[in-house]
Amino acid sequence: MNQFAKFFSWLSRSQAGPFFALVAIVLFFACVDFIQGSGTFLSMNNIRIMMGPAALIAIPALGMTMIIISGGIDLSAGTALTLSGTVMAVTLNALPMTSDEPKFGSYVLGVLMLTVLVGSVCGLINSAIISLSKVVPFIITLGTMSIFLGIGQIVSSQATVTVGRDYRPGWLEMGYTGPVAEKYYLIPYIPTNAILAIVLAILLTAVLRYTVFGRNIYAIGSNESTARLCGINVTRTVLCVYCLAGVFVAIGGVAALANSKTMNPIEGQGKELEIIAAVVLGGGSLTGGRGSAIGTVIGAMIFVVISNGCTMWGISSTYTHIVIGCVIIVAVVLDQLRRRSLAAT
Amino acid sequence: MSASPLLEMQKICKRFGPTIALDNVGLEVNAGEVLALIGENGAGKSTLLKVLSGAHRADSGRVKLAGQAFQPTGPSSSRRSGIAMIYQELNLAPDLSVEDNILLGQVGTGGGSLFRAKQRGRVQDALETVGLAELDPRARAGEQSVATQQLVEIARALASDAKVILFDEPTSSLPQRDVARLFEIIDRLKASGIAIVYISHFLEEVRRVADRYTVLRDGHSVGSGDVAAVADEEIVSLMVGRDVDDLFPVAPHEPRDTWVEAKDITGSGYPKSVSLQLRSGEIFGVAGLVGSGRTELLRCLFGLDTARGGISKEKRYVGPGVRARMRAGFGMLSEDRKSEGLAQDMSIIENITISNLRPYSTVGILNLRKRDVKAMELMQKVEVKAHCGHQLVSELSGGNQQKVAIARILHQESDILLMDEPTKGIDVGTKAEIYRMMGELAAEGKTIVFVSSYLPELLAVCDRIGVMDRGQLCEVRDAADWSENEILKSAIGLAEEEASSGS
Repeated sequence: MNQFAKFFSWLSRSQAGPFFALVAIVLFFACVDFIQGSGTFLSMNNIRIMMGPAALIAIPALGMTMIIISGGIDLSAGTALTLSGTVMAVTLNALPMTSDEPKFGSYVLGVLMLTVLVGSVCGLINSAIISLSKVVPFIITLGTMSIFLGIGQIVSSQATVTVGRDYRPGWLEMGYTGPVAEKYYLIPYIPTNAILAIVLAILLTAVLRYTVFGRNIYAIGSNESTARLCGINVTRTVLCVYCLAGVFVAIGGVAALANSKTMNPIEGQGKELEIIAAVVLGGGSLTGGRGSAIGTVIGAMIFVVISNGCTMWGISSTYTHIVIGCVIIVAVVLDQLRRRSLAAT
Repeated sequence: MSASPLLEMQKICKRFGPTIALDNVGLEVNAGEVLALIGENGAGKSTLLKVLSGAHRADSGRVKLAGQAFQPTGPSSSRRSGIAMIYQELNLAPDLSVEDNILLGQVGTGGGSLFRAKQRGRVQDALETVGLAELDPRARAGEQSVATQQLVEIARALASDAKVILFDEPTSSLPQRDVARLFEIIDRLKASGIAIVYISHFLEEVRRVADRYTVLRDGHSVGSGDVAAVADEEIVSLMVGRDVDDLFPVAPHEPRDTWVEAKDITGSGYPKSVSLQLRSGEIFGVAGLVGSGRTELLRCLFGLDTARGGISKEKRYVGPGVRARMRAGFGMLSEDRKSEGLAQDMSIIENITISNLRPYSTVGILNLRKRDVKAMELMQKVEVKAHCGHQLVSELSGGNQQKVAIARILHQESDILLMDEPTKGIDVGTKAEIYRMMGELAAEGKTIVFVSSYLPELLAVCDRIGVMDRGQLCEVRDAADWSENEILKSAIGLAEEEASSGS
């Protein structure tokens, strides 16, 4: 009994809550699948199938993690993602040469830089308006969410843009996570998107933990007045956070385009909620000061495992939404209770 | 006086996990009597009040109200039984009218609808009792001054027919002038037969309002009696648990040459063209009423608020903005530990080091171990009591939090320390440690600007004291040439004094 109590006390103090939640959810679906399903939930193939979409959520969610730690929010992340993806698709199609010509690579590099620029400019616009107007980020990004959608539709001429077969650089194929894609993988069984997400998560962890910039982000989110009192340049740090988050969003756009080869700005609507949900499931606090890159990756995985598990169980996608909604609420309430019980002792 | 007291608490025990917050604590108050509840921070005063208000449930013990056993189950149940609390922080809904605030949560609002006309008379009576007869009950509560809002809270207690009113350090956020008015009202409440429990750190206040006292220490009641029959020293030694021979121990230090000059500092409201010279190795006191621009002066000196006027250190101009000022050696201790001074949900180490991470970073990358070692050294130097450096600041007591904030400005290697009410809400023992530390820092050649509302500490600790009145630094003298009376006179402005003596 005592051992149990000790274990639970350790569990409630550790920061590994999201990880245990993921393990619990995976075990749950594995059991369900073992009893009444095909028994393939934990197969290598299904794990591969889950990793792709998880990475597509995780990459922009890493940027969102920084914003949420700093005490902000970005509702425009979804449409900014499809905007930068659309810009990339349109410019690739507009290139003056096809992928078999020798100088194609340098053109593609230009396209990539443009895409990242679009993402970070979106972040810059958000943060500039937030800093200048002192209006809460929720409202500002609610506005820019719609603006970025509109710009994307102008760029795409209100249609789905498909990257022409002749204009696809070779590496774009590697981002494909669907079936029969394994010949493009860098490492067997692991989609290249997932590798990208993991590398970015490790980089972000290092930035958040071991740099002055990272510690300043936590300080600002924890208490902005204290940060000012400590001589932290709050405006500049927040500006950097949103711009950098924009870079993550743009990379997310590239990854999404690599996966589907098509892009329609409309698809960005609602993506921001998946992205924010991943951060929150990963232990991020919307009041700022808390969150981690690894947590966010786990949050994205929880999200995908639930929808995949429900699909394999034969639950229709309508009900899957309800399940995911419940899981988010339960996760946050549990975390709240845990904090309160810690504060009481 | 009736035989049984109006409110009686007996053998109250309350534990939080392994910590015993209250151990066999008891108190009693008669109708028409003021009981002062005295004790250091963490002695258990607030816990005792929370038991009474129903926010905490006692593990054992009895509460009797007018001879009847009484088991509060929540704030509304204790209010209905006639117990009202006036907290340190204001508890009004700022967007509602004064009237609505007074009637908030009242019984007798039949079926959820408000019978305004019936209630209005009661509101007016309550407002009159607290001396707010002229206040328009329909004015927004948030627009009133802090003192008025507090009186409205008292009116709310009266309107709900409170028999017992608990005041939790009610003067801590009040300007001096309004304190006198509050005391008059407490006298009036007392005369009308209400029992009052008054919590305070300040013995002067206790002497002014209370009839009897009960001292708590570490969750025990250690003494009680008549206020008139006890000496200050006796109460203090009860609070601290040992004899306090020196309330203001200051290490000897010698002011040297003037090195910082501020000229015509003018902020957007206050301060108004304040000039001052600071010497190295000196403790410079700033007295004045709350709202006289003391905090604003410090904020302008530190560059947190934009201000006109120039600052120079060792004859060299110091640019505007917090970063420039910090580079020049300015450091500031905020008056408001909770919402400005410290990031409550970050660790002690983070809070100490966040303002100066440069020593540990090479090209922006931090050496965390080096940082932790340095922070622990400072924790030891200022004697922060904590399990470890990674403990969250919110888990520390007020005094320990203040030490963390002081450790931060030491870590910044500041040599001009702007301290805004550094001893506010801190127990006597820790206060003494902070005074000693201030003296030691001055002896190292640092300058300390010490803002305080508590005149005895200013007079005992400072080398020079300046008094602020409505944004201006009106008079600076050596501390030895001031008396409490003179400072007060200067703080409320001579013009006002003449007007009042003429009327």
